[in-house]
Amino acid sequence: MEVPDQHLSAAAFEDLAMPLFDQLYNFARWLTQDTAEAEDLVQETYAKALRGFSSFQAGTNFRAWMYRILRNSFLSSRTGLKITVALDPDNEEHILPAETTTPESILLDQGDRAMVRQSLVELPLHFREILLLCDVEEMSYQEISETLSIPAGTVMSRLFRARKALRELLRKKIQGERHGL
Amino acid sequence: MACEEWIGKIDLYLDGELAAVEANAVGIHLRGCTACAAQTLERVQMKRAMHFAGKRYDPSPHLRNKIAKSIGAKSRPAFGWWKLGTVAAIILLVASGVLYSYFGRENARQQRVYSELADLHVTTLASSAPVDVVSSDRHTVKPWFQGKVPFTFNLPELQVSEFHLLGGRVTYLEQTPGAHLIYQVRKHEVSVFIFPERSGVSLPAGRKNELTFNVETWTQNGLRYFVVGDASPDDIQALSKLLQNAG
Repeated sequence: MEVPDQHLSAAAFEDLAMPLFDQLYNFARWLTQDTAEAEDLVQETYAKALRGFSSFQAGTNFRAWMYRILRNSFLSSRTGLKITVALDPDNEEHILPAETTTPESILLDQGDRAMVRQSLVELPLHFREILLLCDVEEMSYQEISETLSIPAGTVMSRLFRARKALRELLRKKIQGERHGL
Repeated sequence: MACEEWIGKIDLYLDGELAAVEANAVGIHLRGCTACAAQTLERVQMKRAMHFAGKRYDPSPHLRNKIAKSIGAKSRPAFGWWKLGTVAAIILLVASGVLYSYFGRENARQQRVYSELADLHVTTLASSAPVDVVSSDRHTVKPWFQGKVPFTFNLPELQVSEFHLLGGRVTYLEQTPGAHLIYQVRKHEVSVFIFPERSGVSLPAGRKNELTFNVETWTQNGLRYFVVGDASPDDIQALSKLLQNAG
């Protein structure tokens, strides 16, 4: 009797998926803003990924595949649905802050991390997630494109607008601090 | 090309998304254009701040065990002697995968540390105030760090060498505070970074070339030293020796 294929697949899945555990949890926690929800989301992600592992195409990007499952699970959750209602992430110039960033106003060091974290929380979900994937998970534009299921050109423009929005939020916070607000 | 066009490429440059030729052209422009260099500095700082701010949440060991158990339990067939060959092959496969994954992660982590040091070196030199304590006197610079970093260190006597101490500042690597000293040799500025070894910045001692910078690193008395700069490998080594002898 041979070892059934699904056993080999499950072993390979464990080997590929467990090293991603910490980073997937961090991403889930940023998306949900809640510890219990993040834990549920990660568990759901691993369960779905294991079930669907046979459909994963060898040679494609496993990390992007796992992130995509996690993100899609989040978007279809109650919290995710609430956040994403009626937003077209790539056509919303009207909600973007004005571009008035001054480099000297953004002197970020250890002490300002709390401010960056708070600004990140305040960003719309589609900006927060793309900044996390690029600057925290250090994904390439191609990987981000696969994870978010958007074209590479959209990755570039959305990243640009996300950074602009983050800079603007930080600028306002720094100015607010200076004025004792 | 006008500066607006160069500025439009800065994010791509910093994200590593430009082809080598284009990245090289941007690098050359940045070295000669203070306006674009200032923009780049701001974006490097922002990217770094995002990187650290975003790595905030750690999962509980309980969740890890729960998930590992749930996927592991399904993956392991009941043991039987007749399966020994297959099981051994699987163990070998998994072990090599784990080892490959470990060394891959370790290499990636080391690469990240070196890249971060190169960034710190470049952004500090591009700053209008690269050092917080401006002095060529080691007896002024060393005491300045007291209470600012959680360790103490010795600095070498430089009177008979070609090196000049320009000053120092507090810096951070992987969220650990450390000392950043800047020396000059002829027209080259060289950064010396000192961190507590326990900070997890464990790297093999030796020389390296990182993003065309020469780097030398070692541990001594519980401290991890890095010497980074575009000076010649001989100069980097000579400064390293002076520091080692002082330590």
